[in-house]
Formats: sequence, C-alpha cells, structure tokens
Amino acid sequence: MSHISILMENQPGALSRVVGLFSQRGYNIDSLSVAPTNDSSLSRLTMVVKEEESVISQILKQLNKVIDVVEVQNLSDIESVSLEIAIVKLKITEKEAKKIIESAFPVVGEIINHKDEFVMIKLIGSNHEVDDFLLSLNKQKFLEVTRSGLLGMGTGENFLISESETTIEY
Amino acid sequence: MKKESGGSALIRALADENVDLLFGYPGGAALHIYDAIYQQDKVQHILVRHEQAAVHAADGYARATGKVGTVLVTSGPGATNAITGIATAYMDSIPLVVISGQVASHLIGTDAFQETDMMGISRPIVKHSFLIQSPEEIPEVVKKAFIIAKTGKPGPVVIDVPKDMTDPNHLFDYQYPKDIKMRSYSAPSEEEESNVDEAVSLLEKAKKPVLYAGGGIIQGNASEELKKLAKIMNAPVTNTLMGLGAFPATHENFIGMLGMHGTYEANMAMHEADLIFALGSRFDDRTTNNPQKYSLNAKKIHLDCDYGSIEKIINVDVSLNGDAKKILNQILNKIDPKNIDKASIDLWNNEILNWRETHGLNHDLLDKKFHQKQILPQQVIQSLYKSTNGKAFITSDVGQHQMFAAQYYKFDEPRKWINSGGLGTMGFGLPSAMGVKFAFPDEDVVCVTGEGSIQMCIQELSTCMQYGLPVKIINLNNRALGMVKQWQDMQYGGRYSSILYEDSLPDFVKLAESYGHVGMKVEDISELEERMDECISMKDKLVFMDVYVDPDEHVYPMLEAGGNMSEMRVSKTKKTF
Repeated sequence: MSHISILMENQPGALSRVVGLFSQRGYNIDSLSVAPTNDSSLSRLTMVVKEEESVISQILKQLNKVIDVVEVQNLSDIESVSLEIAIVKLKITEKEAKKIIESAFPVVGEIINHKDEFVMIKLIGSNHEVDDFLLSLNKQKFLEVTRSGLLGMGTGENFLISESETTIEY
Repeated sequence: MKKESGGSALIRALADENVDLLFGYPGGAALHIYDAIYQQDKVQHILVRHEQAAVHAADGYARATGKVGTVLVTSGPGATNAITGIATAYMDSIPLVVISGQVASHLIGTDAFQETDMMGISRPIVKHSFLIQSPEEIPEVVKKAFIIAKTGKPGPVVIDVPKDMTDPNHLFDYQYPKDIKMRSYSAPSEEEESNVDEAVSLLEKAKKPVLYAGGGIIQGNASEELKKLAKIMNAPVTNTLMGLGAFPATHENFIGMLGMHGTYEANMAMHEADLIFALGSRFDDRTTNNPQKYSLNAKKIHLDCDYGSIEKIINVDVSLNGDAKKILNQILNKIDPKNIDKASIDLWNNEILNWRETHGLNHDLLDKKFHQKQILPQQVIQSLYKSTNGKAFITSDVGQHQMFAAQYYKFDEPRKWINSGGLGTMGFGLPSAMGVKFAFPDEDVVCVTGEGSIQMCIQELSTCMQYGLPVKIINLNNRALGMVKQWQDMQYGGRYSSILYEDSLPDFVKLAESYGHVGMKVEDISELEERMDECISMKDKLVFMDVYVDPDEHVYPMLEAGGNMSEMRVSKTKKTF
C-alpha cells in the first residue's frame, strides 16, 4: 500500500488528469481526498493505492509529468502521520452512543447529530483503527458510513510545498 | 494598441508564434475564428478534406521541420475526427497545437448540436489541454500551449474554444506575452555529473557495446553528438523505426534497424551485447521482444528526456534524464578514447559483420539475376532509393510497405523518414506528405503506401489538387492487407479472414487522373526503374504510381513472439531458433 500526497493546480480538469492516469492503466485508487490549501490556487490531494512497488514508482513518475501537478510526495517513503475521519449513522439511543464512544479508544468519537431514532457519530483515528471500530458495530444498528479517505502529512521538514515558479522565455 | 476579439486574438497569437500554416476544416463553432483568418494574411489556412488529414498534415510538417504543427477544427465531429491524428502524434511525441471549436459556454453539457467533450475525449492522448474560459486569456494560453508542445518530451496540446469566447463584438487589448510562469513545468536539462561519470565508466569498459538510438535523438537534434560518440568508440549503432536517420544508414558503424522487422545483425547484436546504451528510445515492445529474455548479459544505460520512460519496461544500470544533446556533450567531454577497449570492439564489429553476411538484407535486388515474373516490394524501394539518390523525404502508411521502406531506403539524415511508429495509423502517409511538401516545396516528397492504407485518406488527392502539391505516391499494390495476411499465413494456417478485396479495388490511375494528377501502373520488373525515374522527374505533378507487387512476399526478418532478440524467422523456411 502506498500513501501519496499531491499538490496541484486548483482548476477544472486537473483532478480528472490525475485520476485518469490510474484508470488508463487499470489501477484502482483505494481512497482519495482533495481540497484547496491555504493558497486557494492550489489543491492538495491525498490518495491510497494498493499496488506493487514497481507500479507505484511508475505512477509517481507519470504523476510528475502531468502539467497541472506541482509536487508529488510518497508519504510511505518518509516519516509521516496520517488519520482518517468518518461519520457513522446508527439506530441507537444517545445513551448507547455515548457508551460506544467511551469504548472506542483509540478512535476518538463525538456525537454530532441526533434526529428521530438516529444518531450520527464523528470518528477520528488511523485507517486500521477506524476499520476495527466499524467492524465492532452491531450490524443491525449500523446504517451508514462516510469516510474521508486517509489524510497524511510528512513530519518535521518533510514539506510538500511548491518550488519557486519557473519562468520560461522563448 | 489594436483591440482584438477572441477569434482575431487567437489567429494573431498564432502569427506571433510564427505559425505560417494552419491545417483545418471549418464548421459552426469555429466560424468566428474562420472569419478572423479571412481578415489577415500572416497565417495561411490549408483546407483539407477530413480533419484526420489536417492533423496528419500538421504532424508531417512538424516532423520534417522540427517546428510545432498547428490545426484548427470545429466542435463535435470535427473534434472526434481529429482524435486519431492527435493520438498518432502523442504516441510519437510530435509537437502539435490543435485548436478545436466548442459550443458556446452556456450550452456545454446540454448535448447541444455538434457538442462533444473534447477535453475529456482527448485527455489520455494529449500532453496537456486547455479550455478557454475568458477571451482575454487566449494569448497566454496559446503561448503556454506552444511551450508545452515543443519543450521536454514534445507532444500534442489541445485548446478547446467555446464559440462565445471568440465573439467578434467582445473586444479587448491584445498583448502577446514574452514569457510565462508555470510553477509545475520545467524543461529537462543536463544530468548530474555523478550519473554521467557512471555512464562513461560503463562505456569505457564495454567490449560489446551497442548504441541503440531512437526518435529522441531526432527530436533532440543530437545526431552530430551521436556520430561523435560512435566514432570515438567505433561502436555499432542501431536505430529504431522512429530513429531512422538519427544515425546515417550508409555509415560503416550502422547495423540497421532493430526490432520486430529489424536486421538480423542488429537483433543479434542486441542479444549478445555486454552494454546497451539506449538514446532517446523507450524499449518499446516491438524492439525488445520478450522483456524477461531481453539482452540478459548487457549492462544498460538509458538516456531519455522523459523520466517516466526510464525503467518503465526494462531496468537499467544507469539512467540519464534530460536533454539528449546536452547530456551527450557531457559524455563526450568526459570519455577518454585511451580507455576504450578498441581491440575487443574490433572483434565485436567483425562478429556483427559475420552475422550480416549470413542473413543480412540484400540491397542489390535490382540486379538482373533477381528478376522474377512478379515485382518484389523490396525492389520498388531500392528503385525509389536510386531515383531519389537517397535524398527524398519518405512518408509511409502502415503495413508491409512501411517495413520494406524502413529496411531498404537508407536514411542518412534525420527528419527524412516520416511514419506513424507508435500508433501505427493507416492513412497517415498521404496527408503527412502534404505537410512535408508545404514545408519543403523544392524537395522530393514521396509517400510509400499500400492499396489498403492509401484508401484511408485518399480524399486528400483533392487537397493536393487545390494547392498544387506535387508529392509522389508509390503504391505497393499486393491486392490484400499484406501485413495481416503475413500473420494469417504464419499463425492462422493461411485462413485469410477479411483481407481480400481484389475485385473491388479502384483503378488508381483513373482515380489520380480524375483529380488532375498523373497516374501510372507498373507490373513488369523490366520497366520499374525507368518508370520510377520518370515519376520522380515530374517535379510539378503529383504522380500516383500503382506498382503491382508479389502478393505472397513477407517481411523478414521477424522476431518470434515471446522469444528473445536472437529468435527470428529470416525467411519463409528458415528460423534461427
């Protein structure tokens, strides 16, 4: 499994070029999350891909060739932290929900909505922790889940920032 | 400062980019642009008969000149017809800027008349693409498109222009940018000294080196540097199909094309080498045969401007990523002739000569003793080579005739051999020849084709008539889809599925004449050379020379599928394995 961070131009078509690289070659993206950064002209994309090492290294090279892609980082190659956010909807009482949250450790949970007989819980944890938590839920009461996909960032000086702009004159 | 509309800004930007020829075909969504073309005289528009041909013509122009080819088509079917041409250019890394009209912005996504998602449909076959979102950005987008198309690994760039972006009533101040900022794009340059040192050390140690040069040497204008390296090392050089002309075919170090239909000696040399230096070639499957069995004893160096091409198929010992000319100069500055193992390389060259003597190509088939009843396709190429003194631009279509031309026309200069190597597009030959002839009106431009391929873009005989383009068409007519037939002969027990159409072929002589061109039919070997001379000497006429060739001739050598580089069929009856 590889965890890849991409900084790219925040414009129409950029995402489809990145995603197209995978679909064209028959590779599946396991998870994907994308949003603008503090510089609104840039989007930061994080994806998880389950492919062999040789495939990943080829993907990284091809990603670097996409004109809209500014920077690529393989988080699996550096020290990094990662986490995932999920929202689950359960058919339980608020009291039962609180009990579930208390026993959820290491996943951190919080009730974010309660309507009719349904409770929504926000969860934060590592990929596997969220997996394990969801598996532990009672299938009859567990109605829906949405997951952010794995977010990640290199530690310390492992920045993913754009190099200075190149001016090309011809 | 003169104000421009989006449409006139687009054409003015092309003029500022020194575009002299724009190949295209008008239609509804592009009409504002066509009106702007009418009102200026810097950019000449060439009206083709099919959008695919517009792209191939621009492609031929780009390959022959090294400049960017430019195309204008309308939305919908205009755009989709251009797709085969764009894919052809993409596979061979040819710099093109293709401008497509699009329905007006407010109609996009409504299934409007002649709407197609050009950005989406072209995405996997372009280097980059732009959708114009405001008329004012047109000059900057054109500048970016040309820079992206021609730098680094060249490729086609699409600019999709919604009709309202070219509205003649919306005027703005025009300024063509001198430079542009792109934070995510930079052209390749030199390689780190340490990698160059490693490459030089492998080159100096080599006893059985092969320099394996591809289209990247032509695109990178690095032929002179390649010649210098070959001379210093006295090393054999092979060219890929795309690389023919990168190293002179009549040079004593040249061992022919390699690959599927490469020479016996080139493929044997690749198999037995102890060092393969791949220069601007990408280990395409047609040149490696089975990658698991590929040149197992050789160290490998790969020079390519595209980092993504390195170790895509074959793992290498040293990778050199950057500009071919710059990196070859770095190598030439470091390599020490005294350290080269000259004695071993002499033995190696002798070994290769022996292979050539065993199963090499026979370049003297015009000799009387080889005269049979039927004309051999190889004889036609040899005759063409003689009549043009080996100096013509040769474009080809795809199939057996393409391989015969590649094997027997000895290209001594880059950019003279123009063919669809990567995509293998039938129909490429005639329109690309038009593009070349526009660029070089005084040179011989010959399209070598077959009766299958030529019919895929035959409508361009009309364009040739309109613009008075005296290209020469040499039709190797074997009355069948020859390359498919060859495979059906070899692997499908001679079951000729859907390849025969002899009774429904047109009379090509009459067809050519109906467009005001000259038609010729040649069936007898004894008149071949004379008719060929006559054909080539008609400098101001398009001549369609329909040559009936032996329908049972196959292209050899041919690598055995799944085998290594030494496993070849060298004739219908002889195998090397």
